[in-house]
Amino acid sequence: MGGPFLPLEIYLNVAISGLLTGLVYGLMALGLSVIFGVVRVVNFAHGEMMTIAMYLAIVLFASYGLDPLLMMIPLAAVLFVLGYAMQMTMINPFIARPEHSQFMLLLAVAIIIVNGLLIAFGPDAQSVQASYSFDSFALGPLIVDATKVYAGGAAILAAAALFAFFRYAPIGRAIRACADNHTGALVIGLNVKRLYALTFGLGAACVGAAGSILSLIESVTPSLGPAYTLLAFVIVITGGLGSMTGALLGGILIGLTEALAALLISASAKSMVSFAILVLVLLFRPQGIMGKRLS
Amino acid sequence: MMKRLLHGVPLHATVLLALLLAALVVAPAFANDYLLTVLIVILYFAYTGQAWNVMMGFAGQLSLGHALYVGLGAYTTAALYVHFGIGPWIGMPMAILISVACGAIIGFLAFRFGVGGVYFAILTIAFAEFARIGFDHFSWVGGSAGFFLPVANYSHDDLMNLRGRPAMFYYVILALTAVAFLLCHALMRSRVGYFWQAIREDEEAARSLGIDTFRYKMYAILISSGMTAPAGVFFAFYYNNLFPEQTFFILRSIEIILGPIIGGVGTLFGPIIGAFLITGLAEVLQELLTWYGFDPPGAKRVFYGLCLLVVVMILPHGVWPPLSRLLRVDRETERTGDKAEP
Repeated sequence: MGGPFLPLEIYLNVAISGLLTGLVYGLMALGLSVIFGVVRVVNFAHGEMMTIAMYLAIVLFASYGLDPLLMMIPLAAVLFVLGYAMQMTMINPFIARPEHSQFMLLLAVAIIIVNGLLIAFGPDAQSVQASYSFDSFALGPLIVDATKVYAGGAAILAAAALFAFFRYAPIGRAIRACADNHTGALVIGLNVKRLYALTFGLGAACVGAAGSILSLIESVTPSLGPAYTLLAFVIVITGGLGSMTGALLGGILIGLTEALAALLISASAKSMVSFAILVLVLLFRPQGIMGKRLS
Repeated sequence: MMKRLLHGVPLHATVLLALLLAALVVAPAFANDYLLTVLIVILYFAYTGQAWNVMMGFAGQLSLGHALYVGLGAYTTAALYVHFGIGPWIGMPMAILISVACGAIIGFLAFRFGVGGVYFAILTIAFAEFARIGFDHFSWVGGSAGFFLPVANYSHDDLMNLRGRPAMFYYVILALTAVAFLLCHALMRSRVGYFWQAIREDEEAARSLGIDTFRYKMYAILISSGMTAPAGVFFAFYYNNLFPEQTFFILRSIEIILGPIIGGVGTLFGPIIGAFLITGLAEVLQELLTWYGFDPPGAKRVFYGLCLLVVVMILPHGVWPPLSRLLRVDRETERTGDKAEP
């Protein structure tokens, strides 16, 4: 129990740390949002895929001393390949099937990932202790974890790269065309299935990067996968399912509120607060903060 | 009554159903304790799957939070029993009432504001998670430390208080499953049932035909949540312990819906066949892995996930629709959930 009479600096410290963590959550949620926005499939294995990236980052660090921040790009590439392959082999045939059928498919994938990781790494929590793990920056009276600053910065870079891709790259624009008008995209001769696979790959690359970064600030167990999936849902629905800026904003908002709720109420109440936000958003603004009304 | 129930059902389908029921009724005489426990789990999932199917299979509303209604049913009757000595059968109406009230709130909020599809599914998860964390802090029923019913070694069965040996629990859950089956059979062919199917296939079209979609979606969630609560009563008195972390956890909700999805969403036999397959698969995998000597934690579930993956990929509408054609027991109403791929 924190109690409301702490000095202001503590609130600010916690808020900044929550905001920086929230940026990484936002990057993870960005992947979910991109996939839903284009492929119209909810990736129920999203958090589980992120735990794969987290474990890879931990293994690379433990065996070769490779810094998770540098491994962000290779791990994004690995997850991209995984996502591309998943979409090509499994999810494309499910595009026209009902939601519960897609849910079942990705749930099966999630079960395999969680338990595969359990066999490979066991149930104990693991994390990365980098050389700068205990460094911090002093900003006047405020003290900010160096790790979280790097993590937040890396998340912004990764998100910016994705924004630029969708804005300027011809393939990125083709993907947006698919999202806007599926039939139209087919008519002008776009290879929609391949573009869907690319999109799912990009969404997975987001969790690859996010997982790599997150391994610096949070420890991971195989059973955290479903919790991260739920967190990603909460964030994208708050921000607006299918909206990229919404996902980042939602991540920041949820990161902030969770950190403050943990301080003000109790650590176990923090997910309750984010679920409360989710319920309110679903009821009063189902399209999310940044989302457009879906037909 | 009998005649109405059997109307339109092929004769050999009735015979097959009677044989299945007869087999289940005499099963305890032949089954050992292990097999009886497995059968109880199967029937439990057949029952909850049937209740979930009313919402998803009949009315097309995907709920991923049915553990909420199980948990409310379980905690209500357990609390009444432990704190006030009120037996489960008297507690059950109360449990159903609370579950239905909760379903009414969720349904009212969601359907009023036009929350549907994936959004509705995630809203149901949110409410279940809410209950999980709420019950963690609800010390009157034990909080996160768990809530326990008094247990003794029973030499005779006390049906009124649901205290007794496994065979008694077996017949209780068998009876519940049979009642749920008959209720769903009747619902499916009622006016409400046809309205639900219209909503499931195309909500806009249903509304343009003058169906009050809000009202009928509300009926679906009310009936489904009310049907689910007795499963919670059974759960509480059979297992004798309740933990919020387990009772309301999302995996509990997912277990409930595995059976009907594998068996065939929107069919009467889907939840039953699915429960047999899902539970049977888990047990067989366990046996095989133990026998093979490869049994690290998680191995069973990896294979389980792989099997689910294969079934969903090759049988998009579940096991029952093709099986019913094979057995030649399919009817028009059974086939509605099995439309061609667009």
